Amino acid sequence: MKSLEELRVIREKMQGTVEYRSEHESLADALASEHGKYRAHVLICGGTGCTSSGSQKIRERLDEEIKKNGLEEEVCVIKTGCFGLCALGPIMIVYPEGAFYSMVKEEDIPEIVEEHLAKGNVVKRLLYDETVKGDEVLPLQETNFYKKQHRVALRNCGVISPEDIEEYIGTHGYEALGKVLTEMEPKDVIQTLLDSGLRGRGGAGFPTGMKWKFAAANEADQKYVCCNADEGDPGAFMDRSVLEGDPHVVLEAMAIAGYAIGASQGYIYVRAEYPIAVERLNIAIKQAREYGMLGEDIFGTGFKFDIELRLGAGAFVCGEETALMTSIEGNRGEPRPRPPFPALKGLFQKPTILNNVETLANIPQIILNGAEWFAGMGTEKSKGTKVFALGGKVNNTGLVEIPMGTTLREIVEEIGGGIPKGKKFKAAQTGGPSGGCIPAEKFDTPIDYDNLIAIGSMMGSGGLIVMDEDTCMVDIAKFFLEFTVDESCGKCTPCRIGTRRMLEILDKITKGQGTMEDLDRLEELAAHLKSNSLCALGQTAPNPVLSTLRYFKDEYIAHIVDKKCPAGVCKDLLQYKIDADKCKGCTLCARICPNEAIVGKVKEPHAINPDKCVKCGACMEKCRFGAIYKE
Amino acid sequence: MLSKKSTVSFHGTEEQEKALLAVIEELKDEKGALMPIMQKAQDIYGYLPIEVQTMISNHTGIPLEKIYGVATFYSQFNLSPKGRYQISVCLGTACYVKGSGDIYNKLMEKLGIVGGECTADGRFSLDACRCIGACGLAPVMTINDEVYGRLKVEDIDDILAKYE
Repeated sequence: MKSLEELRVIREKMQGTVEYRSEHESLADALASEHGKYRAHVLICGGTGCTSSGSQKIRERLDEEIKKNGLEEEVCVIKTGCFGLCALGPIMIVYPEGAFYSMVKEEDIPEIVEEHLAKGNVVKRLLYDETVKGDEVLPLQETNFYKKQHRVALRNCGVISPEDIEEYIGTHGYEALGKVLTEMEPKDVIQTLLDSGLRGRGGAGFPTGMKWKFAAANEADQKYVCCNADEGDPGAFMDRSVLEGDPHVVLEAMAIAGYAIGASQGYIYVRAEYPIAVERLNIAIKQAREYGMLGEDIFGTGFKFDIELRLGAGAFVCGEETALMTSIEGNRGEPRPRPPFPALKGLFQKPTILNNVETLANIPQIILNGAEWFAGMGTEKSKGTKVFALGGKVNNTGLVEIPMGTTLREIVEEIGGGIPKGKKFKAAQTGGPSGGCIPAEKFDTPIDYDNLIAIGSMMGSGGLIVMDEDTCMVDIAKFFLEFTVDESCGKCTPCRIGTRRMLEILDKITKGQGTMEDLDRLEELAAHLKSNSLCALGQTAPNPVLSTLRYFKDEYIAHIVDKKCPAGVCKDLLQYKIDADKCKGCTLCARICPNEAIVGKVKEPHAINPDKCVKCGACMEKCRFGAIYKE
Repeated sequence: MLSKKSTVSFHGTEEQEKALLAVIEELKDEKGALMPIMQKAQDIYGYLPIEVQTMISNHTGIPLEKIYGVATFYSQFNLSPKGRYQISVCLGTACYVKGSGDIYNKLMEKLGIVGGECTADGRFSLDACRCIGACGLAPVMTINDEVYGRLKVEDIDDILAKYE
């Protein structure tokens, strides 16, 4: 077990090593700094995105080549969490130069090791092109993707090794826990959070300090701190990245919460679909116990706190707070009516707080830097930063952390690098199945909790899916309802049956069989679901439909009245056609067609028989002249 | 709704049973231990047929109907066995807008099964999954631990041919 003094010694020992991985005035300046025993630090992303694109094999090859060149004593290789720019994976950064190698291939490794690591010549050809300007290598922070970002929750992701508690301590890790245990009363901790204005990052945006205050006020022999790591919104992966890149920050924040509300036991409920996160959490918990950051008598103050990991089993509804607790108790994860609220009767009927991963990741820094520091970022009612998982039809897909109040335009156009293939931006979807679609005319709305609700969406956990002109908004609404129908737990009738009826209506519309009355019926059903469902899953399930009806009603009408899908997505409303001017009569399409729907003579324009066409699209994919189109 | 029933008969070994009993012994006094026990049981047997659920019930005293209720509630518990190669297609938003629905349909057509089922020769089983977080590589599918990203429908034949 470590004392506060020992913690300080470890921090001083490690701080130079960790700070070596940041921008320096010059190479000489960097090399002169306290950097531990290694001259070069190679950081390779071990997040899910880069692991999927092969970073593990690259790591093995790197170790092999470093050995071959006899550089083991001079160069260290560290597997980090997510850097954020997943589209360019696998990603590798070499310090002190800060050289950012993107889309690294195994066969590039010998060159990088021999030229860069051995001789000090950065291999510019293999760098991310935005970081190369003539002969100069620009810092990553100056690229469009990173320039506008401000990393608070993600500050250690891609910087430290998540499997080494000492690296976390080197970034002032566990000092906030030391500070609250030795210098602050529980009520001061709660007051600091209230003053900071931190709101829950998991979706609804409830003030975190308030939640803690309620639970602290309730007397009980046992209380619990739970961490919601059941990140289920399709397209959202912020929490996973924090768990993979900086697991100790979550443990530290939970211990702080335990002190503030008077709890000695914590549970992290994490998706089993996140194997890397689970593995790193297990390692982190083990190390934290060894160092005495969890367990009995932490820092010799008599405070005890421990954490247990519980794995989800693939039920979206378990992200809802009461369902999550029911699931930890070993039951079907069905929500319970509130009140009683969890702050009074939560897990095992004891006072419980539940905070989301990203929320927790902000807390140690709020304690160390003060409430004013945090409240100085963001908008009037939404303080701090928010992490978004940027995906869909955008060039730079990945993870971005921006101050609240940044506009959608800045995120999509500047950070995201715009829409691929010069297509037009149509909408952005936030909040997953509980959120809505934001149209292009709201592109300049500053993003915060209240603005998003005002325009019919919500913050949600932070998925941000960009859609272009080829996305059909009716089809998207249908997609999200299919999701909620599938994930509705079935306990309450409005959600179980209401979502299904809404889906049936949408299905009818996408098949060209809808009527204008169906739109009224959708709105009526939506109102019932919102007011009568037991939990947020049902209450928010109509949002994707309502927001698309609000901003894209003309598309619904096109499906109903004109029997056309303007985006060319809904199969039943499509016709494949051949442009006679472009068709060379090569017969390839006629041969590939599974239903012999294409007729025509060699070297003469072909035509598609709409009665036989099954709309599989095989002809369009095969045509070398771009002569086949759909409308 | 995906197929949850099993048509394949149960063949558990003695070692598997011993491992299960050890897990139950270790966990049964913990609060809310049922799900961790079921998760480990599924690791041991590969799936959770009614025979395994009955064993858990007999050794923990938890009623079988409650165990069955939990097993059918969570999508990760499989009541039928999986194929040697488990195909999982991501139908998360990012993959979906990039055409993963077409990939999924093509696989069903090629394999002659629907989601949740296993081919008669035990070679492939097919599932749709929620976002696996590799949205930058959309559309994505996994076969066992191998991830296939930036997929096109015409890649499928070649990929399936790699698995015998």
